[in-house]
This record gives sequence, structure tokens and C-alpha cells, in this order.
Amino acid sequence: MNKTINQKAWFFVVPVFVLVAFNAAIPLMTVVNYSFQETFGNNVFAWEGTRWFKQILLSERFHDALGRQIAFTFIILLIQIPLGIGIALTMPKKGWGVPICLILMSMPLLIPWNVVGAMWNIFALPDIGFLGYSLNAIGFDFNFTQQPGDAWFTTVLMDVWHWTSLVVLLSYAGLNSIQPAYYQAAEIDGASRWATFRYIELPKMKKVLTLAILLRFMDSFMIYTEPFVLTGGGPGNATAFLSIDLVKMALGQFDLGPAAAMSLIYFFIVLLVCWVFYSLMMKNEVRS
Amino acid sequence: MAKITLNNLSHSYVPDYTDADLVLRDINIDWKDGGAYALLGPSGCGKTTLLNIISGLIKPSKGDILFDDKNVTSLNPVERDIAQIFQFPVIYDTMTVYDNLAFPLKNRNLSDTEIDSKVKEIAEMLELTSTLNNRASGLTADGKQKISLGRGLVRSDVNVIMFDEPLTVIDPHLKWILRSKLKELHQKINRTMIYVTHDQTEALTFADQVVVMHEGQIVQTGTPVELFEKPKHTFVGHFIGSPGMNILPCQIKNGQISFAGQEIQSNSKIKINNFQKTQLGIRPEFINFSDKGIPVKIKRVSNTGRHKIIDTECSGGTIKVLSNASTEIPSGSAQISFDQKYTYIYGDNWIIE
Repeated sequence: MNKTINQKAWFFVVPVFVLVAFNAAIPLMTVVNYSFQETFGNNVFAWEGTRWFKQILLSERFHDALGRQIAFTFIILLIQIPLGIGIALTMPKKGWGVPICLILMSMPLLIPWNVVGAMWNIFALPDIGFLGYSLNAIGFDFNFTQQPGDAWFTTVLMDVWHWTSLVVLLSYAGLNSIQPAYYQAAEIDGASRWATFRYIELPKMKKVLTLAILLRFMDSFMIYTEPFVLTGGGPGNATAFLSIDLVKMALGQFDLGPAAAMSLIYFFIVLLVCWVFYSLMMKNEVRS
Repeated sequence: MAKITLNNLSHSYVPDYTDADLVLRDINIDWKDGGAYALLGPSGCGKTTLLNIISGLIKPSKGDILFDDKNVTSLNPVERDIAQIFQFPVIYDTMTVYDNLAFPLKNRNLSDTEIDSKVKEIAEMLELTSTLNNRASGLTADGKQKISLGRGLVRSDVNVIMFDEPLTVIDPHLKWILRSKLKELHQKINRTMIYVTHDQTEALTFADQVVVMHEGQIVQTGTPVELFEKPKHTFVGHFIGSPGMNILPCQIKNGQISFAGQEIQSNSKIKINNFQKTQLGIRPEFINFSDKGIPVKIKRVSNTGRHKIIDTECSGGTIKVLSNASTEIPSGSAQISFDQKYTYIYGDNWIIE
């Protein structure tokens, strides 16, 4: 059969092309443009080549921020993923408990980031906050505005509170899609509770968990608002994660060139980790 | 291996049940050791519930289950030592075929050498040897269903193997192969097998004894021939056979049957007549065109290749007649007669013998 060739259909793609150009391609290319140049104000630019990239990659400040960022993401994943699966496993499968649990679980997800930051800031204040005051009352010397360890503790706790629900909801959806016959077969095969989890529930949750880990990795790796409101990156630079450090450099010091180079390096790290992780997880999947 | 007895078994999914909530009512069965049985009935008749009660996945509301005269009603599936194969293949995706087959044995703490010899023996029997080291998730639907079956077969302590419509997701041409494989396996290992299905062909080809269920009750247990020649309930007549039995309203006066204004001879001996409803049952296979008999109008003739199905109508209702494809069918009006040997009278849906 001969197909009619009609190139006019390309015009239908124009609106989306324009949209993507203005909200993604052009801003990104502006950043690329900045990363290779020095600005002197009055729109005067000078070509710098790869100098900013070398400077960032060799700078101790970037290494420290990246180290803090990796540590933070690693810690919250280590807590949120097992905790989320655990909560999902104990949630009721039917009855009036289901809507109650689901609503309770969705609540933290509906609160805006800056509100979460402000809430935890007040909650953890050592003199008036419930958490801070209680910890001090039972004998802990807790002050997140002055002690780096306490600042980390509060930031991690805040993120766990805010985002574990996401892992719970995804895991719960994954668990609910398992046919009862699988549990019945496992029971007949004499599988222990652990074996049932290891060989039925975990493999069946693989796809949603991959998604959960990816989402949590990206969100936590790019976290900005909550620690900004909670600690402002302090005390000192103790909780200055990559985004916070980047904003300081770009808007605080107005070093547009190095900040643009850092943005691109940051962007490539996120992209690379996601790609490697996803490829590894999906390596053994059968294409159906 | 064991004999299975069900005593006055009833079940309801509601805790405080009334008679209307029962999905199974007063089930009594004796299943001999090593037999091949089929549970046949339409969707929603309670056959899967009954199967799950035998396997121990559901506790019955009333009644007892006995394996070899030992009451197992309160035991769980593991303690009952049964195997069950489900509608769709249940496999452990992350394991190899070998590990899938070894799984039930590992859970029972058998030694590695025992597990190895048993797994290889069963793999050989199911023709899975060449795929033993492959990931189970890569197999086709029938291969996966063989693994499900294999996990039941590897255990030597299995009292009964139960199949819950195991061929539902299998391609039609593989159904035949797998079904004959099952039959062959049954003869080889000689274990009690219970096969649940709504497909009469599957039931009749697999089983020595077919149990027909209808609305939570067992309406007849018998060999395929018995079910065909002498249905004990009008439902069996309808359900078994294609087309099903003709069930026609009739009158009984002084032990004489009259249908469409004619006197009919039947194989039923009518002693009492206190039924709300009396019906005459005759299979389309046992009706002939003749010179004298019930006058009918021929409505439609459909040719299935081997047979002709003729829809006829008389004052008593529509009657289906089945005859050889080569038979000349009179057109317009004709007369038909019933073979007395296969004509039965049903009082309130149950046969009068």
C-alpha cells in the first residue's frame, strides 16, 4: 500500500516545540553559555573555556558539599525505603482502616516544602519547640541551630517525616496488586513469612520500588527549600547541600560562571546515577 | 496418599449466616485414594470454594473434612500435605526453574542430595530438564504452569493434588497436550487428583468420576457416561451435552405421562405424584423422526459438520433434535418419537427412577 506523503503534519508539532524551547532548552543553553564565560556586568562577556569546570571539580568547597549531599541522600534512602516497605506491610488490606491509613499517609505529602521547613524549625527549637524542649528536658543537650550533629539529626528526621509516605504508598500499591494465589501457593509450599516476603512480595514490588528509590534519590539529591528554611545550611556549612551551596554561589556571590559550571556538573551527576541505577534494576526484566 | 471424605459440609462467607448466605450446602463426598475426579459447574457454583476448603485455605462454616479417617478440618494447608495448581501459573519470578521445583523441599528441610534427585526426576517427567537453569520468569505460560504442577509433584507426602481451572491461560493447541500429559501423569504416579473446571470437555476427558455442582450443592456424581445417559437433575441434563437435554413440561395422571396431548412411555417408574412441577427430559441424541408420534414444525436446521441440530416446535414447547449429517430432514412439519430407554421424568428437577 502506498502511503500519502504529507509533511504539513509537522506544523502540529510546532506548539509543543516552542513550549519545550522556552521552558527547557533555552534556559539550559543559557546556563551552558554562562559556564564557559566570565561576566563583568553591563552584559560584557569574556570566553573562559573549561576554566570554571576545572575550578569547580578541584575545589574543596564543591567536594565538601557533594560529600554532604551523598551522605544525606544515602542516609535518608537507607531509612525511608525499609521503613516505607515495613509500614506498607503492616497496613490493613481491607476494611475501614484502609482509607484512614491512606489519608494519614498522604498528609505530609500535601504540605508545601517551605511550610515543612518552618514547621520543623519551630518544632525543634530548643527553648519553645516541642521536640527541642522535650529532648532537653529528658537530659539531651539538643540545639540544632548551633550543633552540627543536631542539625543533621533534625534535617534527616524532617525528610523522613515528609517523604516516607511516598515509599509507603508506592509499596502499598505494589503489594495490593499481588494476586492472592501467590500467597496461597507459598503457604502450600511451606514458605516462612520471610521467604514469602523475599520471593513473592519483594520481586513483585521491584518496579514500584525502583520508582520509589529513583524519586527519592532525585528529590533528596536536589533538596533545597526545607533545609534552607530549617537551618539555612548551618551551623557553619554543616547542612549546606549542593543546591544551597549553588544558590549561595550564584545569587549570594554572583559568580555566574562557576555557578553555571557547577549546575551542569550537578545535573550530569543526577542523570548519570539515575541512568546507571535504572539500567541495573531493569537488566533482568523480561520484555513482554 | 489418602481417601478424602467430606461430611455435611456447608460454608458461608458471612459470619452470622442464614440459609440464603450459604455458598455450599450439605456436601457429602467420598473420594477414593488415587482417583481422578473433576468438579464441574458454572462460574459461581461454589466449586473453587469447595476446593479451597479441601486444601485448607478456607475453614468451612460447618462440617468435617477427613483424610483417611483423620479429621483435618482445623489443620492448615502445610499440615494437610496437599498441592494446588491455580488458574494462572504461580512461579517465583526471581528463581531458576530448578530452584522453583526445589523450593517446597527446601522449606521442608530435606537434604541437598534428596532434593537434587527428586527435582531431576520430576523435571524429566514434565520435560523441563533442558530449562532447569533458566530463570522461571522467561518461560511461556504452559512452561510456567508445568512448574506450578512440578512443585506439587516433587513432594512425596502429597495427599491430593488439586487443580483450579489450570488451563485457563494456556493456548488452545497446548491445552490438549497439557491435558493428556496430566492424564498420563495420573496413571504414572497414581495420586488422588481433583480437577475443578467449568468446561465439560476438560472434565469428561480428565476424570473417572465427575462431580457436578449447582448453586452450592452436588447434584450428581458419576462417570461421564452416567452423566450423559441418566442425568439425576435437570441441571446436569442442561449442562452436560451439546446441545443440552430437552426439558419439557408434562402432566402425570394415574401414573400416565402426557405431553403435547400424547401419552409418552418413559424409563421412570412413577409411584407418587406430589410434585409442584413435573418435567420430561430427553436428550436430542435420542429423538428420531418417525411416521407416528408428536407432530412438530421444523423451525431451523444447523449443520455442525458431523451432526445436524434441528429446532422443532410443538404445542408442548421447543424441542431440539440431533441427527447424523447424512440424515434427510423432512421440511415443514414432521413427527418425532422419543427413545423410551432414555426418557426420564423429573419431579421438582430431580429424577424419578
